[in-house]
Amino acid sequence: MGHLLEVNDLEVKFALRFGDLTAINGISFTLDKKEKLGLVGESGAGKSVTGFAIINLLSKPGYISGGKILFEGQELNKFSDEEIRKIRGNRISMIFQDPMMTLNPVLTICTQMIETVRAHQDVSKADAIDLAIEKLRKVYIPSPEKRLYQYPHECSGGMRQRIVIAIAMLTNPGLIIADEPSTALDVTIQAGIMDLLLELCETEDMGLILITHDLAVVSQVTEKISVMYAGKIVETGPTDNIINNPQHPYTKGLIKAIPGSLEAGSRLNQIPGMMPTLTDIPQGCAFHPRCEFSRPICETESPVPVSVNDHKQTIACHVLEKNLS
Amino acid sequence: MSTINRLLTIKNLVKHFDISGGLLDQLTIENRHIIRKRTTVKALNDISLSIMPRETLGIVGESGCGKSTLARTVLGLYPPNSGEIYYQGKRIDTLTSQEMLPYRKKMQMIFQDPYASLNPRMTVKRTLEEPVYFHNKSITSQEVEEKVADVMKQVGVDPKWSDRYPHEFSGGQRQRISIARALTVNPEFVIADEPVSALDVSIQAQILNLLMDAQENHGLTYMFITHDLAVVKHISSRVAVMYLGMICELAPTRELFESPRHPYTRALLSAIPELGKRDYKHIKLKGEVPTPIYLPSGCVFHGRCLYARDICSQEIPPLEESDNNHHVACFFPEAE
Repeated sequence: MGHLLEVNDLEVKFALRFGDLTAINGISFTLDKKEKLGLVGESGAGKSVTGFAIINLLSKPGYISGGKILFEGQELNKFSDEEIRKIRGNRISMIFQDPMMTLNPVLTICTQMIETVRAHQDVSKADAIDLAIEKLRKVYIPSPEKRLYQYPHECSGGMRQRIVIAIAMLTNPGLIIADEPSTALDVTIQAGIMDLLLELCETEDMGLILITHDLAVVSQVTEKISVMYAGKIVETGPTDNIINNPQHPYTKGLIKAIPGSLEAGSRLNQIPGMMPTLTDIPQGCAFHPRCEFSRPICETESPVPVSVNDHKQTIACHVLEKNLS
Repeated sequence: MSTINRLLTIKNLVKHFDISGGLLDQLTIENRHIIRKRTTVKALNDISLSIMPRETLGIVGESGCGKSTLARTVLGLYPPNSGEIYYQGKRIDTLTSQEMLPYRKKMQMIFQDPYASLNPRMTVKRTLEEPVYFHNKSITSQEVEEKVADVMKQVGVDPKWSDRYPHEFSGGQRQRISIARALTVNPEFVIADEPVSALDVSIQAQILNLLMDAQENHGLTYMFITHDLAVVKHISSRVAVMYLGMICELAPTRELFESPRHPYTRALLSAIPELGKRDYKHIKLKGEVPTPIYLPSGCVFHGRCLYARDICSQEIPPLEESDNNHHVACFFPEAE
């Protein structure tokens, strides 16, 4: 039995007039049932594009230009639009950042939930409603029978995100891709949403890919973390290792930049400069202009991922490779 | 309480917004009588606090608790419904806009969204020049140019780029320019309203360092508004926690984070995700934040409080100092 999801050397490009832009440049990771993977990085790193690529939601001019996506043994990237529609929203669900944008404001929650169920299963309307109520109860919506007939604007932000999760759960998916699910919410609400996702993974046997920029959130929820930078995974490993013993200079910088890990009032560790845009990704290692350990080789050759720290982590960096050998 | 050695003192500040709309919207029929009803959002309810020179007062709270309204009311951008605001002992909320001018120069604001707060049709140079000319009519263009180049250098934006427009800069650079704009008039007091919330972590660290440096170099006083408790813990000397337009707890930062007394503060702190702290148990609050249109009676938090008793729904708990500067507005602050 293979992994639930296996992404192999995935490459995503955007075809533009002046040539192709590479948004995802050969990333690989695996995910098992009940496993929770955090995809972390700053804006523009390619986190969301990765999520979209898995369920083939890339809109033109984006396209998968290489690599493989295996889900439950099926090669998703070879699927036609018709075939992927049977998987998307059914076996793999996605949750987006802003629940107000995800839900249709002019349809009741009931209509939206029934639509989802009936798109994938041949059930009667009454059965679909029963199922919807059951799922709403599962995400702790009080009095779901009443809520079901309300419109999204009648619910609060946290409640809306719970409804979105309930919709994602309708078809008992094997994998949920959550793209910044709590970023638009307040901390107390965020904590509730994260608890809920964790609980559902456990009880419903799901895998979870949590896409976020917030390392603190990821560190509490996931078992594995992949850190992305400019379309590549620069470091992967078990969450505790990544947080307590990061190896890649970018991960190190990112963790030290978070206020709270240092003495109050002291200067925060800052990574100079900013993430390159897709049009001018530097030669060699994309991080080298911002890296304090940069060497001549970093400017010319792109580093290959290697295992470090007793095979616990995989990093793509020239400098540490040398230090270790 | 003397207001002289404090930089800013706010007493019993109240700000309500009338959202009832036109006359026809206000009319309803009840028992065959036409009744005119006004609807108001009670954004700030009896806020009192003071800020010492050169300190950073963090204001935290969830969305809709009135943090930003507080900032804008203090600066005179919204007229308060009642209450008093003193700046260096002088009452400023009753001043005419002409009399307010010298205070505007002393108090500046940095906004959250650097995409919205810079005029897209003005070059950086014009954006930065405008406040200098406005507050000092007799200044020569030579001096202005030097001043602009100087602040740009301070915030880490190359003065060579002064002829560029905001869209040519990244989010972090734009926020630097917003900070530069606040600093051009040599203010004493800066209100920063979520200055780093829209930025990535590595950029956020750059901007926080910049703000801390500016404070040290110019002896600035900050009122730092944010929903990010990790940021507040790092940068503030004192923290005020707001809930539904009221301050529920105000204490020195360390004290607040180590021994929070108000049940809301405790729930809020327990919800912050902390790096690598896995076995976190956050306090689950009942329900959601009520709307500020219909405020709960008594303590505004009683409906969600785990320890609420009868008195909490009848009387409003005053913000009282318990010990070493720790103020709590709760009848049973030590309840477990």
